[in-house]
Amino acid sequence: MPDKLELAATARRVRASVVRMAHDGKAPHVGSALSCVDLLVALYFYAMKNDPAEPSAPERDRFVLSKGHGCTAHYAALAERGYFPKSVLSEYAQDGGRLAEHPSRASVPGIDVATGSLGHGLPIAAGMALSAKMRGQTHRTYALLSDGECLEGSVWEAAIFAAARHLDNLVVIVDFNRWSAMDRTDTLLEPLAVKWTAFGWLAREVDGHNLSDIVEALVSVPAVPGRPTAIIARTVKGKGVSFMEDDLEWHYRPPSAEDLARALEEIGAGGQGLPSGRSSA
Amino acid sequence: MRNAFIRGLTALAERDDRVVLLSGDLGYKIFDDFAERFPGRFINAGVAEQNMVGVATGLALEGFRPFVYSIATFATLRCFEQIRDDVCYNDVPVTVVGVGGGFSYGANGPTHHATEDIAIMRTLPNMTVVCPGDPVEAELAVAAGASHGGPLYLRLGRAGDPVVHTGRPDMQIGKSIKLREGNDGALVSTGGMLPVAMAAADLLQAENISCRVISMHTVKPLDTAALEACCTETKALFTLEEHSRIGGLGSAAGEWMSESGEVGKLTCFAAEDRFADTAGSQEYLRQQQGLSAQQIAQRVIERLGE
Repeated sequence: MPDKLELAATARRVRASVVRMAHDGKAPHVGSALSCVDLLVALYFYAMKNDPAEPSAPERDRFVLSKGHGCTAHYAALAERGYFPKSVLSEYAQDGGRLAEHPSRASVPGIDVATGSLGHGLPIAAGMALSAKMRGQTHRTYALLSDGECLEGSVWEAAIFAAARHLDNLVVIVDFNRWSAMDRTDTLLEPLAVKWTAFGWLAREVDGHNLSDIVEALVSVPAVPGRPTAIIARTVKGKGVSFMEDDLEWHYRPPSAEDLARALEEIGAGGQGLPSGRSSA
Repeated sequence: MRNAFIRGLTALAERDDRVVLLSGDLGYKIFDDFAERFPGRFINAGVAEQNMVGVATGLALEGFRPFVYSIATFATLRCFEQIRDDVCYNDVPVTVVGVGGGFSYGANGPTHHATEDIAIMRTLPNMTVVCPGDPVEAELAVAAGASHGGPLYLRLGRAGDPVVHTGRPDMQIGKSIKLREGNDGALVSTGGMLPVAMAAADLLQAENISCRVISMHTVKPLDTAALEACCTETKALFTLEEHSRIGGLGSAAGEWMSESGEVGKLTCFAAEDRFADTAGSQEYLRQQQGLSAQQIAQRVIERLGE
């Protein structure tokens, strides 16, 4: 097992970067990014085979951020892991910057595929997983989905396909923060794990903010050979900043300078998130 | 064109083991040989076009050269956003193959009439749009498309389209093929209208009107050099397509000719902006849209006499 304290400290630094990017870029979706930070940290800093020095290594595990709107968490995790300098994060949502509010392919090392419209990531990840099977490669492919995204029909087209093709090298993680853009999702989606099971997947639920639980779930894949895995991560939108938690407002509102200061104080990353950015004033 | 495409694809797959074929549950029996020759490289993705295009994108990102196959309407309309965001935005070499261009599936009704596909595929950045004029072009288009690279839409007719080319033309993406000389007018055709263009040129020749015939198999990128030659060497340019007059070859030619100042020379033969309101064969539906050789020849005579 990894050093839980070290992972937790990394997650705090990623959260600090996320809030700062949302503030500096005057951009939305800070709540959606904060809900998947712990998942990304568990992946990139423990479970996933990845090497920032060789971002295109054939044997690396693949990752698709299907919920592209949560990309600040991905950008920050990649920077934290060393894929590119943290200074690049200050380009987020800036005119001429490399980092858009939804990721484009190869904008920075570590982003293998563009996402932004929901329901696209899992079919692509299934294609990547199928490719590995066809070539006898042993790496895994992870796709991180939002819960609201599970209302897209294409997700279930891919779910049928992956199970029928026995893609046990494919792992879906649903960031189940119980909010889509306008409403609660649980009334529409529950019982979500049962749905994935019915589609032929091995589904299990975890506390999406308990790093030990997440890691334990990730390392036990595939729990059943021949079956793809769905990890339903129970999360809180805006996790880590008390005044953002479970408040849909933060799907839309960029943090003010005061919000940022309060958030950084709460996160307590010790100023290690980002080097002070252009708009730290 | 359908069988010619499969011949071309089989030959390509023989040379290039990155080629994989995915079908949206269409092509009963016609892929059996391909599947047998190339185990694991034929995938029936089921009636799920969005997933099929996404899976093809994932395969392409990993270095494969996927072809996705369905009826042209389903191959382009249902999964348009996947073609745009997954294939074109990521700029990966996926070929979308649509069988049944225009009114090929006439009797099946408007749900099966592909009359907007060229328009919508043409709007996508990074996309190449190829509509072979006969089975010979369809077979050659597979290899030509593969060496061109990038996202590509290949619009086929059906099984049993007439063969027009007598030899083996030089098939290059973006470079049209002149099948017949003539300096009174130019009949510039895309897709399955090529035999109609040839028949119309015969009818016109009988009236002592000489029209060149050009197979504009690639609608994007458009062979503007050939259009320029038509404009300088003939009196009028006529585009022929089995597609809505909105957004297809006529529109593409018009966009270029409006910039070059030659747009007054252009007449577009295309389907009107309406759904077919009766049952009918491809031939019948073409007639309803003024797309028979006789109707086209008559209009060309009128236009040249103006």
